[in-house]
Amino acid sequence: MAEAATQIAICSPRDIPVGPVGRHGLGYWGIWMVIATEAALFAYLLFSYYYLGATAPRGWVLEPRPTLKLSLPDTILLLLSSVVAWVGERGILDRRRGKALLGIGGAFVMGVIFAIVQGDEWRNKPFGLGESSYSSLYFVTTGFHLAHVVVGLGVLAALFTWTALDYFSPRRRLAISAGVLYWHFVDAVWLFVFFTYYVSPYLGFGT
Amino acid sequence: MKAAVFRTPHIGPDSVAHQARLLSLWEGEPGLKGFLSTVDHKKIGIRYIVTAFVFLVLGGVEALIMRLQLAGPNRTLLTPEQYDQLFSTHGMTMIFLYALPILSGFSNYLWPLLFGSRDMALPRVNALSYWIYLAAGLFMYAGFLIGAGPNDGWFNYVPYASRDYNPGLNEDFYSLGMVLLGISTTVGAANFVVTAMRTRAPGMSINRVPIMLWGTLTASVANLLVVPAVSLAFFLLWMDRQFGTHFFDHQQAGQPLLWQHLFWMFAHPWVYVVVLPAMAMVSEALPVFCRRPLVGYWLVALSTVATMILGFGVWVHHMFATGLPGLGMAFFSGASILIVLPSAVAVFAWLATIWLGRPVITTAFMYFASMIVLFVIGGVSGFMTASVPVDWQLTDSYFVVAHLHYVLIGINVFPVLGAMYYWFPKMTGRLMDERLGRWNFWLTFLGFNLAFLPMHLTGLWGMPRRIYTYQDGMGWNTLNMITTIGAFVLALGVLLFVVNVFKSLKSGAHAGADPWGAATLEWSIPSPPPPYNFSIIPTVASQHPLWEDRLEESRVRSSIDQGMLLDESKEMIATTPLDAQPDMILEMPEDSLAPLILTIGTSLIFVGLLLKLWSLAGAGAVIAIVALVVWLWPQRELREREPEPQAPHTEVAHG
Repeated sequence: MAEAATQIAICSPRDIPVGPVGRHGLGYWGIWMVIATEAALFAYLLFSYYYLGATAPRGWVLEPRPTLKLSLPDTILLLLSSVVAWVGERGILDRRRGKALLGIGGAFVMGVIFAIVQGDEWRNKPFGLGESSYSSLYFVTTGFHLAHVVVGLGVLAALFTWTALDYFSPRRRLAISAGVLYWHFVDAVWLFVFFTYYVSPYLGFGT
Repeated sequence: MKAAVFRTPHIGPDSVAHQARLLSLWEGEPGLKGFLSTVDHKKIGIRYIVTAFVFLVLGGVEALIMRLQLAGPNRTLLTPEQYDQLFSTHGMTMIFLYALPILSGFSNYLWPLLFGSRDMALPRVNALSYWIYLAAGLFMYAGFLIGAGPNDGWFNYVPYASRDYNPGLNEDFYSLGMVLLGISTTVGAANFVVTAMRTRAPGMSINRVPIMLWGTLTASVANLLVVPAVSLAFFLLWMDRQFGTHFFDHQQAGQPLLWQHLFWMFAHPWVYVVVLPAMAMVSEALPVFCRRPLVGYWLVALSTVATMILGFGVWVHHMFATGLPGLGMAFFSGASILIVLPSAVAVFAWLATIWLGRPVITTAFMYFASMIVLFVIGGVSGFMTASVPVDWQLTDSYFVVAHLHYVLIGINVFPVLGAMYYWFPKMTGRLMDERLGRWNFWLTFLGFNLAFLPMHLTGLWGMPRRIYTYQDGMGWNTLNMITTIGAFVLALGVLLFVVNVFKSLKSGAHAGADPWGAATLEWSIPSPPPPYNFSIIPTVASQHPLWEDRLEESRVRSSIDQGMLLDESKEMIATTPLDAQPDMILEMPEDSLAPLILTIGTSLIFVGLLLKLWSLAGAGAVIAIVALVVWLWPQRELREREPEPQAPHTEVAHG
């Protein structure tokens, strides 16, 4: 009989982890999904910029155009905050809570400074939201990014609190890795916004 | 004693004591609190299906009222403004509140059962996705009920949607409601992707997954990438309307066409989003009634993905009449024509499956088989409008209305009704009545074709869409009367379906675990399934775990009766994305009110924005933040923080 010749496949794994280990867990996948969809959101925002800029008459970028004077150091600061947040994550891995708190707290402070400088830049614009399609895009796009920075700061604050409460170990630290990954995203996507709004006018786009 | 960080799961057979233990771990609370806090994918799935069906009925009633208005020339049942709101609300309802949510409902209910798993990957996200969907539906319908429904068609073109021409709250309800709904769609899609990748039964490697995975997974990936486009478009529109920005305002270097680009970059992929999972349900269930596996599984799976990839590059075919450059139109026309190829693969695979099988004619089979016919008709009329000069003739005529109804009713509603007949026994334990089913099928099929086949001609004879009435003597009277009669016959068919559901719930024949002799894992467990789905975790050895003895493709058999018990707490297994090797034991969250409270907070934000009650929006934000913090606070039981939880004391001896 064919029946006698069959064999049953039973999966019987040995010693598998219970719950998330390191960044290895479903929540980390969830954060990647959030990042994918948010990256798409910024892609559509920047598409709107290039589309309107390309179809508008000359002189679309309003003067004074965004300068690099404050924004370049601010950009560098934001990128460095990503490194500092990474150091914080390493602190959990090394079981050095002081280092972790310093890293996460440091990234938080740097993020706050970035936001303040951005706000200052907003205040110093001679035009408002309703001046033209350019000004609308400028405030809405940088505003979207600023909103992401604020969410990221909220995440960092939560991570700081939980680290201070000694919740994490090298094994149980999914929240740290997922939160820091989100902060990396907030910083990385700024590079695209920065290039579009601050650098591309120097290359002649929309001016 | 601390619970172990690593564990070797006990392997065993099923037993009554084991089932009782799982029941105590997985069964939700009874009563109102249990209702509001459940994270059980089966309950959420059924809620999705019921809610979406209610919206289908609402949208249908709106359509019937419009058909009464259009039954003859110069009728005055509706004013032009009422007609505008009705056809716009009808579109919004059917396309956004019915078409995807009903498919999400089926996928939600079925995926863990198809995958041999105990829940979705992110159960609380699942609950959130449903609650926000419900909130968005209520939000948009609140506008309609106070006479401020959308009034600019479902695609809502500017400048008519802008404030100068449309000063009421109509467009604000629609805009903010769509942003809210986008949250639901996005988190739901994220959950589907993680579930598909990480929670399939051991052995269910990527070449053995049920075909239904491909439809919903493809649609979900697409949703993650395209929903932001429409959310952004509606947000920018709201900004233009309320805060004086100029995104779509030509006077200040804005671009009305930006709206169309953003909208269709979303909405054309969306057309595939609302049909691919339905096609996948046909690919899943039709072969069961042909008593053989689907012909060309891999071709169908790949063509599903190919359709979506091409689908990202065809949005401009909705904009052929806007005066874009010829080269651009040629590209998009070519892509739109090319998409026929992967669609045809599915059609021929289904035909070959029927041809090579031994069809068992049931109501479900008739819905699936007739869907192939409707798909071909809707596909051919779509293929016609993909050609630029033909589109110039047909655009904004009733031909397009006929086309899109063949696509959406033919490839969404018909598969959904078939799927209801097929999976209703699993959901309820009772079979639906077949005799009533035949009446139900023939009335919907004949009514639908009576209503929409002549409508192609109405369009070819020049009747524009979206007009509230027409003059006598245009040659459209008879055709419109036929369409109206057909619409009512179709509605009668749907009514019979509802009657059948209630009748069968009460007195349908008991189904048993597997009334159809089907191939996939959900039929190996009782109907309706217990809260934990699978008392032991199956191991999968082929694409057709329950047909292995019949097909004899190999000597290896899936293990249905023996496997991991996983009963130390609320647990299930995570597997690797491609090979489905066991990877870790997942601690699943208990029922939670956080998703509902987050939804309430988020809804208050949107109501506040709508009415410009900033304090209300602020209060909503505070509620939402508190709910999020509570939700995300690391829990010991879920092993999200140190120290490890106390080990549960196991009373039941294994073995």
